Amino acid sequence: MSGAEFCALSRQLGYDFFTGVPDSTLGAIFKVLENDPQYTYVSSVREDNAIGLAVGAYLGGLTPLVLMQNSGLGHCITALASLSSLYRIPLLLVLGWRGYHQNDAPEHVMIGRLLPTLLKTIEVEYLAPSTTEVTEAMARLSQTNKEKRVTTALLLREDIVS
Amino acid sequence: MTTSGVIELLLSHLTNELVVSANGYISRQLFHCHDRNTNFYMLGSMGLASSIALGVALAQPHRKVIAIDGDGNVLMSLGALTMIGGCRPTNLIHLVIDNEQYETTGGQCSLSAKVDLVKFALAAGYDSSSLSVSAVEFCSSVHNALRRCGTSFIVAKVGPDTGTPPRVRRSPESIAERFKAACANRDPE
Repeated sequence: MSGAEFCALSRQLGYDFFTGVPDSTLGAIFKVLENDPQYTYVSSVREDNAIGLAVGAYLGGLTPLVLMQNSGLGHCITALASLSSLYRIPLLLVLGWRGYHQNDAPEHVMIGRLLPTLLKTIEVEYLAPSTTEVTEAMARLSQTNKEKRVTTALLLREDIVS
Repeated sequence: MTTSGVIELLLSHLTNELVVSANGYISRQLFHCHDRNTNFYMLGSMGLASSIALGVALAQPHRKVIAIDGDGNVLMSLGALTMIGGCRPTNLIHLVIDNEQYETTGGQCSLSAKVDLVKFALAAGYDSSSLSVSAVEFCSSVHNALRRCGTSFIVAKVGPDTGTPPRVRRSPESIAERFKAACANRDPE
């Protein structure tokens, strides 16, 4: 799937406000968000600021999508626990999964290995689709977060969206 | 000035503007002074009040949005100032009630006495930034900010307050639902 196709899919599912912190795994998506004026994208300086921004946009009537590298999830734990989960605000996170292959750069290995456990611990439902499963995964996660009013996450490994 | 005094003065200038308040005594004091439909009380997530307010401001470009922050909160997430300065919404007022301490946790010193937050905001790209040390200055700053198209930063220096404001007696879910409904409804309260 291309970055443009992913962004179009997101918009089709109702997402009209994009924020996050750039990540190379999600590079094709960020390239579209930064360059195509049909998408409202605000670059955040830290991942927890992106959660705060997304919560504000949601309260103001928009439907936000938050993108980040999995390493940034650590910054978000308080924001997820005492903001989005506390107020039952549905957020969809798109996480680039560095460290999925344990031969990735050393700084990504531990968080990459722990990512599924970490998400389960903080009660975030997730899916890690193959390229052909992305459309269905996005639809399912989007439905779950709206119906249950919880945060869900799409984990994208290298080259799933390119 | 005091925290409660600054919040009362601010509220005396407001009608249906959207307000996002920082955690701790600030949200508690705002709830205690006037529990409005257009108040979003941030209860946890210290540091994120201005990020939330920026999101609201971008989603509601025709409404004035006010973040009531504290010095500890703004110092925890100084990067948020650069996001506000970078986005430059036309409708955001960022008020910092600066008592130079972490009052809610027992009055430990913050670094705001040694840092020029007014200059920080200007460097980050806010359209206006000012310091208020008296009620007259504060009212003038709020008056101007409410009429300004752009981003305003106001630091209100306050002394110790008396008493402990009660906790926000509203469920987090109802705070969010009520505020979201108030955003969707443009009629004044």
